Amino acid sequence: MSWFEKLMPSRIRTQGDRKRQVPEGLWTKCPECQSVLYRVDLERNLDVCPKCGHHFRIGARRRLDIFLDPEPREEIGAELEPVDVLKFKDSKKYKDRLSQAQKATGERDALVVMQGALKGMPLVACAFEFRFMGGSMGSVVGERFVRAVDVCLREAIPLVCFAASGGARMQEALFSLMQMAKTSAALRELSARGIPYVSVMTDPTMGGVSASLAMLGDINVAEPKALIGFAGPRVIEQTVRETLPEGFQRAEFLLEHGAVDLVIDRRQMRERLANLLGMLSHRPLS
Amino acid sequence: MNLNFLEFEQPIAELEAKIEELRYMGNDTDINLSEEIARLEAKSEALTRSIFANLSAWQVAQLARHPQRPYTLDYLERIFTDFEELHGDRHFADDPAIVGGPARLDGRPVMVIGHQKGRDTKEKIHRNFGMPRPEGYRKAQRLMEMAERFRLPVLTFIDTPGAYPGIDAEERGQSEAIARNLFVQAGLKVPILCTVIGEGGSGGALAIGVGDRVQMLQYATYSVISPEGCASILWKSAEKASEAAEAMGITAPRLKELGLIDAVVEEPLGGAHRDYDQAAQNLKASLVEGLANLESMSVDKLLDSRRQRLRGFGNFKTR
Repeated sequence: MSWFEKLMPSRIRTQGDRKRQVPEGLWTKCPECQSVLYRVDLERNLDVCPKCGHHFRIGARRRLDIFLDPEPREEIGAELEPVDVLKFKDSKKYKDRLSQAQKATGERDALVVMQGALKGMPLVACAFEFRFMGGSMGSVVGERFVRAVDVCLREAIPLVCFAASGGARMQEALFSLMQMAKTSAALRELSARGIPYVSVMTDPTMGGVSASLAMLGDINVAEPKALIGFAGPRVIEQTVRETLPEGFQRAEFLLEHGAVDLVIDRRQMRERLANLLGMLSHRPLS
Repeated sequence: MNLNFLEFEQPIAELEAKIEELRYMGNDTDINLSEEIARLEAKSEALTRSIFANLSAWQVAQLARHPQRPYTLDYLERIFTDFEELHGDRHFADDPAIVGGPARLDGRPVMVIGHQKGRDTKEKIHRNFGMPRPEGYRKAQRLMEMAERFRLPVLTFIDTPGAYPGIDAEERGQSEAIARNLFVQAGLKVPILCTVIGEGGSGGALAIGVGDRVQMLQYATYSVISPEGCASILWKSAEKASEAAEAMGITAPRLKELGLIDAVVEEPLGGAHRDYDQAAQNLKASLVEGLANLESMSVDKLLDSRRQRLRGFGNFKTR
């Protein structure tokens, strides 16, 4: 803690979870408009730049925290932990990468699932933790997602997923590819029962996650400017050997090309999804 | 160096060339060379056997991409009759990187769908090196749904480096096209039997690879990312592809051992490209047998066991 922070009254110091996301300092610079922002203001504004509307990346817990009603909340699948059956080792052991990620994020894996409510409507919401190995989808992510679907099937309540992922987890090799099939198959069951699923794609949603659960929403939503696509921009550039058009693979590009239903500002996410889900599940106006 | 042979096949190529030469000479002269030819042939077979007994994962990856390896249409003409290729996704275009349509397997109608690579430069470009665009996957989806409507089992043949990473493919929703196929196959009310015949490249392969039975030819590969791609990301150098191939476990026997595929279909000595007819015969036998098993199940039983199969993928522990 810097000397300046020590001088600040404790009630305006950043605490706990919040603090972990911005390790140092009370001030954050917006990468988009370069404005210097007071951390507390930024957080109060749900990590959206009050000057230009830039959406900062946020962690899974915070995402669910600002989306769900304060009560009730119950985590699903927290007891599941990753294992390294392949004994995978590249420049580093997968086992070490896992424990490093676990230490850095406080999570056991890259997806957090929470049963709760949105403006009084019971539902299950899940969110990817991008800081956990790039939000990559391995066996635990797949299994937690399927358990989220199972709760929705059992209780006939909607599912909302906030994706933020680089794709499949290479260290789990073909097992991770199969999570695409596994999660898509579960969503098929949900769809067959007429239970709504809203997929919110946040920055970034790529590869195997975008090519499975993220694109299968009854309603596909994107956060402003989020990078969303199958192949990464660098791979495409190397393949086609031309510079990519301005705004390529950004949320607004996807909206224009018909790949998402809506681009929704984070600050309106609760309102708009509550409205949409209320209609899809025939809830009377309260 | 013979470009139709891989590096580790070169000793075999040299012997084969010598045998050819002797045969040619034998036609011209009265000297009987048949004994010498027979001796060399035996030597060539023994050499092939010993080379192929100890292939590394990286060597298998090269075999899976062998320029002479049989492709979907090569198997199609040897295994099926009455094939009618159907074209187009009804929305945008026909993608030649995926072929499909109804055909007969021993007289009974089935739906065949497969990736298709090109043999010469012109055809390679036409087929986009077997890398489908969204319209290819949407054509496959259309054919699968047609198969369901007319109660035809679906047989897929997987052989792709991956889905095409291009600007147009992204514009038309590559992710959605792949995702939708996974979704459709998970609930399709007819048996789906998938065979990886060459390269099983990531999501682009899985997009026609969700089924009741998934098998691989002996020297086919199946992986979440190409060994080169994996190496350049995790090792920061594409040179480490051979280590990446080993670490990911991309070969048929390894994936069978891990419970990710159901069966390995044996290839002729030296690989499928050495004997198309034999390779096709082996593949046909596995398809007939696999299909008989799946067709003995009721639709409910079939869908339930597919559901169990898909849900079963993954390793984790419970705290």
